[in-house]
Amino acid sequence: MVLTGKMLEVDKISVSYDGRNILCDVSFSLEPGKIVALLGANGAGKTTLIRAVNGAVETKTGNVVLNGKPVASLSRREIAKKIAVVAQENETKFPLTVLEFVLAGRFVHGGAFGWETDEDIRIAESVLNECDLTDFRDRLMNELSGGERQRVVLARALAVESEILLLDEPTANIDLAHQALMFRLVRARCREMNCSAIVITHDLNLAAEFAEKIILLKDGEVFAQGDPGKVLTRENLQNVFAVDVLLDKNPASGNVRVTTVF
Amino acid sequence: MAALVFAAALGSERLSFFDLNEQQRSILFDIRLPRVLLGACVGASLAVAGAALQSLLRNPLAEPYLLGVSNGAALGTMLAFVFFTGFEFARPVFAFAGAVIATITVYRMAKSRAGMNVERLVLSGVIVTTFLSSIIVLLTSLLDAAKLRSFTFWLLGDLSQATKSGFYLTLAVVVIGTIALSSQARALNLMMIGERDAFDFGVEVNRVRIVVFGAAAALVGTAVAASGSVGYVGLIVPHLVRLAVGSDNRLVVPFSALAGATFVVLADTAARTLIAPRELPVGAITALIGAPLFIYLLRRN
Repeated sequence: MVLTGKMLEVDKISVSYDGRNILCDVSFSLEPGKIVALLGANGAGKTTLIRAVNGAVETKTGNVVLNGKPVASLSRREIAKKIAVVAQENETKFPLTVLEFVLAGRFVHGGAFGWETDEDIRIAESVLNECDLTDFRDRLMNELSGGERQRVVLARALAVESEILLLDEPTANIDLAHQALMFRLVRARCREMNCSAIVITHDLNLAAEFAEKIILLKDGEVFAQGDPGKVLTRENLQNVFAVDVLLDKNPASGNVRVTTVF
Repeated sequence: MAALVFAAALGSERLSFFDLNEQQRSILFDIRLPRVLLGACVGASLAVAGAALQSLLRNPLAEPYLLGVSNGAALGTMLAFVFFTGFEFARPVFAFAGAVIATITVYRMAKSRAGMNVERLVLSGVIVTTFLSSIIVLLTSLLDAAKLRSFTFWLLGDLSQATKSGFYLTLAVVVIGTIALSSQARALNLMMIGERDAFDFGVEVNRVRIVVFGAAAALVGTAVAASGSVGYVGLIVPHLVRLAVGSDNRLVVPFSALAGATFVVLADTAARTLIAPRELPVGAITALIGAPLFIYLLRRN
């Protein structure tokens, strides 16, 4: 694992569907141990950007470079070992248990005919424990609530033990206590394992609390990026989200706090 | 195994295993045994193909017969039957080609940009199935009366024309097909959750799709060439297997093979004995059980 320098370089990538530009000349880099928050209005290209990072969406121009190698030259398995994804989960019609679902995260570590090893099971149980899901191990996925399922989806991504986590609105359906738990887990993982995360969220205050860097996307282009304190300004937010905001400091942490003016 | 022995023993001619005369021996080894063994292979083929297609399409209602795959194979077999009578292996080869074309057509029709839902898939299957049926009906007008009766029976799913070479081919395909699908079982476990999820977690989605569609078409193609469209086996059997062992395809695929073999052998035994000395097509028995189950599953979804 790279200990210093950049683990991921996104270099001037552009993406278009049916001649329509979704992303245009987007560049940023990801350093080990850091959390990057990706903010922007609906349709700004946030999801497309993280899908381009793991090779799910083809880039028209530009490069995504992972540990010095272009993502386009890596196999599915090599990419999935390094980059785990937490996306919006679609319900499955088959009766899968929570443990079976989480073990999908160990797929890249096994062979084609292979069964999970004791090590795989141990890791799956430990991430379930971290995500406050110990008692859910043998429950069926389609019996859980939306928020519980979302936590299982995070557990599956943590089970990969990847260097990079991509999280697409991980806290969308989650109660307050578990929102904080999820972000604390992601932060702890990044610090302990020296991995990094890109998080898409609409919660500007969660982003300000947990991210070391913020990227503001507007109409497929990077509008601003850098320290939360410098990017989360009244002007930038008015420009990107078209609403007026008040800024002050969170009394508990001293980080910038955003309040929408209605 | 017990089902095999049981099925071999039963029939319109009552046989005891220990005291056989020449004629009874011939009935057992030349007629009844090939038929029972072929039934086992056909059942295993259809059940395994159904189990894999369901996981791939994320739809517990996917079934070779309902998806039009069986009818594609039936049309292929029929073309071979009409135009290439001299060449025995033309039937399975054409059946395979027909199954592949039908599978791809239904898949393309059912898949929209927004993804694939149950209604669209079932509807596409029905449309392709009825379209192919009408071509089959048109072609039957080319047949003479003697061929027509055996053909109609075959179309409904019939094991009575079992031959040894047909059995060997079906056996070879079912063994290879089951191994091929088992090799994708863990990837299919991820596909069951969602194609995008599977992709994100390291599955070569396109490769799995090609292996599963190819193997399923080969399994269904040889099964149909040998015994016609035995419907609903691919629906009933994996459903019952999942109730017993859970959703893990590494268990569902091999157990479906065993359970499918047992199911068709028993259904065929019923078809031979219920109104003996006359026979029913085995497809009638499986559909009698399968159709109500399909309605039940559709309502529960």
